[in-house]
Amino acid sequence: MYYMKKLLFLLFFLSLSFSYAQDYFPTDAGVKTTENTLTAFTNAKIYVTSKKILKKATLLIENGKVIAIGKSVKIPKNAKTINLEGKTIYPSFVDIYSNFGIKKPNRKTSNSRRTQYEASREGYYWNDHIRSDVNPLKAFSFDSKQAKELINAGFGVVNTHMEDGIIRGNGLLVALNPNSSDAYRILDTKSAQYLSFSKSVTSLQVYPGSIMGAMALLRQTYNDASWYANGNMKNKDLALEALNANKNLVQIFKTSNLLDAFRADKVGDEFGIQYTIVGSGDEYERVADIKSTNANFIIPVNFSNAYDVSNPLLAQQISLRDMRKWNQEPSNLKVLAENGVNFALTTNTLKSVKTFHKNLQKAIKYGFSKEKALAALTAIPANILGNTKIGNLNEGSYANFIITSGDIFDAKTTLYENWVQGSKNMVNDMSVKDLSGNYMLSVNNKTYDLTISGKGAKQTAVIKLGDKKIKSKFSFIDDWISITLNEDSGYTRMMGQTINAANVMQGTAFDTLGNETSWSAAKKVKKQDKKKKNKKEKEEPIVVLPVSYPNLGFGNYELPKTETILIKNATVWTSEDAGILENTDVLLKDGKIEKIGKNLKARGANIIDGTNKHLTAGIVDEHSHIATSAVNEWAQNSTAEVTIEDVVDPNDINIYRNLSGGTTTAQILHGSANPIGGRSAIIKLKWGENADNMIYDNSPKFIKFALGENVKQSRSPNGTRFPQTRMGVEQLFVDYFTRAKEYDALKKNGKPYRKDDEMETLAEILNGERHISCHSYVQSEINMLMKVADRMGFKVNTFTHILEGYKVADKMKEHGVGGSTFSDWWAYKYEVNDAIPYNAAIMHNAGVTVAINSDDREMSRRLNQEAAKTIKYGGMSELDAWKTVTINPAKLLHIDDRVGSIKEGKNADVVLWSHHPMSIYTKAEKTIIDGRIFFDRAKDKEKRLAIQKEKSTLINMMLNEKMNGGKTKPPMIREDRNFECDTLEELKN
Amino acid sequence: MKKTIYSLLFFFLVGNILAQQTPADKQKTPFSIEGATAHLGNGEIIENALIMFNEGKITFVGSAMTKIARMGTVINAKGKHIYPGFIAANATLGLVEIDAVKASDDEDEIGAMNPHIRSIIAYNAESKVVESMRPNGVLMAQITPRGGVISGTSSVVQLDAWNWEDAAIKTDGGIHINWPGSFTRGRWWLGEDPALKPDTKYGSRAEQVKTYFENAKLYLSGKKEKTHLPYEATAGLFDGSKRLYIHINGQKEITDAIHTAKELGINKITIVRAEGADKIADFLVKNNVSVILNRPHRNPNSEDDAYDSTYTIAKTLTEKGVIVSIGMEGQMERMNTRNIPFYAGTFAAHGLAKEEAVKLITLNAAKILGIDNFTGSLEVGKDATLFISEGDALEMRGNRLTEAFIQGRKISLETHQTNLWKRYANKYKSK
Repeated sequence: MYYMKKLLFLLFFLSLSFSYAQDYFPTDAGVKTTENTLTAFTNAKIYVTSKKILKKATLLIENGKVIAIGKSVKIPKNAKTINLEGKTIYPSFVDIYSNFGIKKPNRKTSNSRRTQYEASREGYYWNDHIRSDVNPLKAFSFDSKQAKELINAGFGVVNTHMEDGIIRGNGLLVALNPNSSDAYRILDTKSAQYLSFSKSVTSLQVYPGSIMGAMALLRQTYNDASWYANGNMKNKDLALEALNANKNLVQIFKTSNLLDAFRADKVGDEFGIQYTIVGSGDEYERVADIKSTNANFIIPVNFSNAYDVSNPLLAQQISLRDMRKWNQEPSNLKVLAENGVNFALTTNTLKSVKTFHKNLQKAIKYGFSKEKALAALTAIPANILGNTKIGNLNEGSYANFIITSGDIFDAKTTLYENWVQGSKNMVNDMSVKDLSGNYMLSVNNKTYDLTISGKGAKQTAVIKLGDKKIKSKFSFIDDWISITLNEDSGYTRMMGQTINAANVMQGTAFDTLGNETSWSAAKKVKKQDKKKKNKKEKEEPIVVLPVSYPNLGFGNYELPKTETILIKNATVWTSEDAGILENTDVLLKDGKIEKIGKNLKARGANIIDGTNKHLTAGIVDEHSHIATSAVNEWAQNSTAEVTIEDVVDPNDINIYRNLSGGTTTAQILHGSANPIGGRSAIIKLKWGENADNMIYDNSPKFIKFALGENVKQSRSPNGTRFPQTRMGVEQLFVDYFTRAKEYDALKKNGKPYRKDDEMETLAEILNGERHISCHSYVQSEINMLMKVADRMGFKVNTFTHILEGYKVADKMKEHGVGGSTFSDWWAYKYEVNDAIPYNAAIMHNAGVTVAINSDDREMSRRLNQEAAKTIKYGGMSELDAWKTVTINPAKLLHIDDRVGSIKEGKNADVVLWSHHPMSIYTKAEKTIIDGRIFFDRAKDKEKRLAIQKEKSTLINMMLNEKMNGGKTKPPMIREDRNFECDTLEELKN
Repeated sequence: MKKTIYSLLFFFLVGNILAQQTPADKQKTPFSIEGATAHLGNGEIIENALIMFNEGKITFVGSAMTKIARMGTVINAKGKHIYPGFIAANATLGLVEIDAVKASDDEDEIGAMNPHIRSIIAYNAESKVVESMRPNGVLMAQITPRGGVISGTSSVVQLDAWNWEDAAIKTDGGIHINWPGSFTRGRWWLGEDPALKPDTKYGSRAEQVKTYFENAKLYLSGKKEKTHLPYEATAGLFDGSKRLYIHINGQKEITDAIHTAKELGINKITIVRAEGADKIADFLVKNNVSVILNRPHRNPNSEDDAYDSTYTIAKTLTEKGVIVSIGMEGQMERMNTRNIPFYAGTFAAHGLAKEEAVKLITLNAAKILGIDNFTGSLEVGKDATLFISEGDALEMRGNRLTEAFIQGRKISLETHQTNLWKRYANKYKSK
């Protein structure tokens, strides 16, 4: 209904009459004429839809629409009839993720060194990357060249949009009808709304600077849109207006990797919006999670080439994950289909649409069903758009259909014509005879061997005399064959036509001397061909290597199960008052520590001998940046609205490496680029689980604050953001908390308020629901934050880094704040000049809860050794030293009721060590989380061998591919990402 | 006035909190250390040992059971451990004070070919970072310039000195080059994939290095009408008085670099950083090439590498007969130089025998640096540069020094950091 209302006035009239020239337009070119467009296609095999197939049926079209279809259609006398005996008709395809005819805007550049924090547009949203107001019609220009490519590939309708920005405005549904005008071929000017996590190239506004910022921005935009809709804003905001107006359209969200697909879905779910997600072809890696999004997907059919692995030194450096991708991704469509995911296909990301069918044929070879393929190109995209007139050939639908020589998904099939809106586009001339085959060519008393291949007008020939290839030219135009032979003796020219349905051709020839003679060619009936065919059919079976979780080296094919485990006769470091218990048994059951004692017994338990070994609680790292796709949302001085929980990356090998060093829990903190940073994710390192399953259930809420050099942009040559001094940092906190108080008061009064995610977070701090972990170095700033907290009525939970904590340990004790510090880092910047390794011991002695943290993905796999340094520096006892990486950080994170010590009833997160846990010589032998063995040294050895073996298998496959003429690409090395506190990543646009 | 007196008083009471530690005087009286487990640095160990030294030199190394008169001050070190002073190879101590403060940075001179640039000149003997080495047993270091293709010339220092002249124990002993890598990153700003891929310019870059040294050699054999300072500086490489340190990773690059050096007639060669050297250990042995490994406390290069792949390389190389030491290069390298004992410990945890691990940072380092004739192990006649630790010095919790000596001089184990520690520990105690 609303479709009609929203049409431009131009299109309004269009619905009244369908003709090639607008009915009511005056004509000065001659008398007014109306063409008869009634056409019947008879005797064809017709796919009305992917499921409904008619044999020997008739399709009757008029004025661009199907008016009848069936086996017994009565053909009116004035209809033009086209006999399609032996041919097949399909509905033309629909690509619902396209930028057809819409040029991406030019990238904005600037010579200014000043970072742009504010929006450049006036009268629109505060963020330039929200472009819901963009009207694609303004930028649209029918691109005949691009249209031709799509038509040749079988597409009849595309849904195009301006591919720029986070919210990108609405879509334009366009019929690929070059014979018409925009007045007819634009089917819908508001077909969908498009979104992505990429910034607009038209603006240099830096926010959002990260994927989590983009997610937060979307949320705030939705908040503001409803605030605006309720008439609460004084100003005009055309972006929000447009967003509200487009609320009921299909929301199509473009993502560029699997994790982003889940992230998009998560944001949508929070606002009751089910996005249709444009995937990236890697959905097979976590198909169960894809299924449970309940989203419709749009999937590209784009596969990478094999690596050129002929240089063994280089080949060795390609990561298993990248090699696997080549092997596994052609099975993506099959896997999605088999798991009941509803998806359409798109040509998006293909360098050339010409490769679409080849890729699709590959996917079919890998088990994707043809019926599903057809549906994914017709009915499904139409359904997603809620358009019943495209993607099928039911009566009343657009006459968008293709005529083929047979099965459209067969490489040998010829696509003849693609009719769009009842208008014919010729792809391959149906009337051109197929000459392909082997002929004996007789001319001048010589017999040549003539082989013709190709389709339509593009048929080519190879001519041999005996084994010798003869230089020659061949063409087949307008039913006339023309052959020129170029031999040593000169040129022989021939013209002729076929007789007997192409089995024989004959005509006139001119020999090298210009004498006129005749020539003929007769088709050979070959037996060899069949043999060849048989050979081809015996192609090597397709081997798709199994997916692991995560899908890379050291991944788990099966996730570890919760076991009943009895560790016997170990030295148990309890991290409790009980201290160290010698020759003790610990029973783990149902994911909990069931019992600690001597001579324990448990039926069916996995018994592990702990003799001469040490059992401890799993290490807890208070400050980590592993397992995340982003660290800093640096583009504003306060970003309480972002959360690392949005961007947890379960594919980070550092998770596994941390397990190998006995770490089981980590707080993944936002970085230190701004005074008020983002919210944390507290995770268990359950290698193989998805992001959500790693995050603690009922996780305590944390946020990162930061002080000092990083937040005042000390090492940036052109910092312009407030604050630039420690003085300014104080005022920033005072400002934000003052506003948060006012916000919270308004909210608690039950008055209407503009929901602000940033203020919501700060109010949680004021209300004691969220804890602060604050990056800090020098004593003045540490003292400052405690004073601001006292004044504003909140508590600082943890100072992290806290390298001068030893100077204010008494004040910290009084405030009740903990310290999570490095064991011995210093001298890397000016503010750590007075950092001393005795810091932990001094704070501990002053009664502060002290943890040793990593902030470093390498150190976090040997925090046990860092704890040992507190013994060397400052003489902490071994028991107290061990607590700095177990129960103390657990206390600081408010998870000490669950982890951090070996105590009956707590989570079964334990580590079995080969030696004293703080010895440099010790190794974690088993790392257990919730009673599941996530790291096992013996299994690790097996995994190493398996990686070697699988790589060798893949290298062989790739060599095969190359030897058999497949395309390859040069090797590339995947580099380790190193996120630290001050890493400033950049969100792409 | 009153204030001044108080602050003066404070200064004298608490000690020279703000100044660096004063270097110790020459050894005046002999020392005898008795009862400790002596780790000689050459792979051997003596339980219940007796070590004596006088006038800066070791005079006795043996069992405490030996009936011999104890000379001078006797230190009872029963239950403790004694080691030769640890040596940090490929270090930049004293060249940069604070990483992020450019004004304090003197490690990387402009220009690509800098063999004449000498690290010893910029070495700050009074650096707070330098003094923080000593409580961990690190008593000597090779001070190495960074950057460029030919970074410059290194010297070896002891870490208790008034100035660089005083500190130097081997001046201008090695020339350091950064051999080109065979991979390059895509230029992302041109839309290329930023991942690493084979560098097509590798061959020509390697050729450049070779040509430079060939030209230097030609110059040195000629009339030298116009002095060429950089070429002059390379002379020692060809006459055997200097060692060539090639900083590079990758078995292909290492192989190419060694072939090139050999062709140039350079015989003293050490590969620095040396990832992948384990794969061509036999080739290294055959060519008498030693290795300075980078610290093992770093992440493996590839996600497919075993988590301990940086830990096991010392074992592999040592077993094949390569002389191996440990160096520092990369992030926070100066501050972390004091962790060198623990890097050795990590290699020991992953397959290397403990005494072999000690050797990495004592005699092996001395051999590579060309100072093994007077230091690097506990042997009679060598410098009395050694320390006593309460426990295993390769362990964090064991490395607790009670005494340390450089050239027989009993050095201070206090630092800027211990001063702050005591100052604040006392502050709370007195409360």
